[in-house]
Amino acid sequence: MTDLAAKVIAGDQRSIARLITLVENDAPDAVETMKQIHPYTGQASVIGVTGVMGSGKSSLILELALAYRAQGKKVGIIAIDPTSPFSGGALLGDRIRMMELSTDAGVFIRSMGTRGMMGGLTSSLYDVVEILDAAGMNVILIETVGVGQDEVDIVKIADTTLVVLIPGLGDSVQTIKAGLMEIADIFVVNKADKPGVEQAVAELESMLDLVNNPDRHIPIVATSAKEKKGIQQLTEKITEHQVYLKTTQKFEQRRRQRYEAELIEIIRKRLMEFIFDEKKLRTTVDCCIDQIAKKQLDPYSAADQILGKILK
Amino acid sequence: MVKKIRVLVAKPGLDGHDRGAKIVARALRDAGMEVVYTGLHQTAEQIVNTAMQEDVDVVGLSLLSGAHMTLFVDVAVSMKEKKMDDVLIIGGGIIPQEDVPGLKKAGIAEVFGPGTPVEEIVNYIKKNVKR
Repeated sequence: MTDLAAKVIAGDQRSIARLITLVENDAPDAVETMKQIHPYTGQASVIGVTGVMGSGKSSLILELALAYRAQGKKVGIIAIDPTSPFSGGALLGDRIRMMELSTDAGVFIRSMGTRGMMGGLTSSLYDVVEILDAAGMNVILIETVGVGQDEVDIVKIADTTLVVLIPGLGDSVQTIKAGLMEIADIFVVNKADKPGVEQAVAELESMLDLVNNPDRHIPIVATSAKEKKGIQQLTEKITEHQVYLKTTQKFEQRRRQRYEAELIEIIRKRLMEFIFDEKKLRTTVDCCIDQIAKKQLDPYSAADQILGKILK
Repeated sequence: MVKKIRVLVAKPGLDGHDRGAKIVARALRDAGMEVVYTGLHQTAEQIVNTAMQEDVDVVGLSLLSGAHMTLFVDVAVSMKEKKMDDVLIIGGGIIPQEDVPGLKKAGIAEVFGPGTPVEEIVNYIKKNVKR
């Protein structure tokens, strides 16, 4: 086993941080260590927290983390913020709300940029979840970027997905029926200290009445991260959902879904590397593009040619 | 493989002025860096732990209260203790010129005063980042 793998499994914070950097940078040195830690994964509960911008996801995660710490659980937090498509830089500010956790040895927080990935996540997220899981975190909380309607990829990785809304969204709840509203295992109406909570909950309820799921009613929990209200009820609903997954065999199904997405992501990255590597297919690709531009070749035939070279 | 420079911008101590820190954070982002911003009133312990978990290449400290000889030095000493020698530490804010040699001796690589063009900080980081 690599030294790094052993230290990550032992829960050494510095090594966890270093391995995350390696996978974020797609460093080849990370691969061997990732292979070795895989058998140590699968224990952590993965909870996705998604929702519109400004709905209080970071503050809610702080409260959830404190609640899980009070139960003696180790908590990993992955907070994702958007990378600028222009500069490639990112301002990662989710930690501002979580600083009281930063000296707790039972909590590991990592901020990540999306680095060009669509869907509200970042492409190395699967790896980072495996790392925190192998390092002994009991609960992993993932904060997606502030989302609109269809950044729903969090369901591919989380066991339980929380969709966080706030009072006053009003009729706009109707417009986001598709996408975001379909992925919730639990709805959270945060900022319940603000007026309009009852109305927001009622609107959600009437919307959910239209959804036919005979074996599970999707709960709605009103919380106020600011006033620390509703947090215990929320953790209870999360536990109930996890029990539901395990008793209905849906848990294995979700984990398979995650591994499928992870596998495809690794293959996608490797294919892209192969296609854009100067020593491999780059020249063929450039040549095809020239021919497409000159109408000597169409894009579909070009794609067949390139795939033919990969599959031979 | 794409290596991005990661920077922690932190405000130790009690002063409530973070405009300068925010301007620097934005400039570093616009220069293609990933900037972790933690807000006001940080203790040295919080800053060092954050730098470790976030595995940053650079820690940028901003302070306007006059407590830099204590707080900057606390961060530098604690990082040395944790063997985080490969992290570049820089400082900024209202720092009297006569304090700069002492800060450098303690491990603050460079100090940027008011009026420093942000490009200068960007270029300094790009040139001096240790890994």
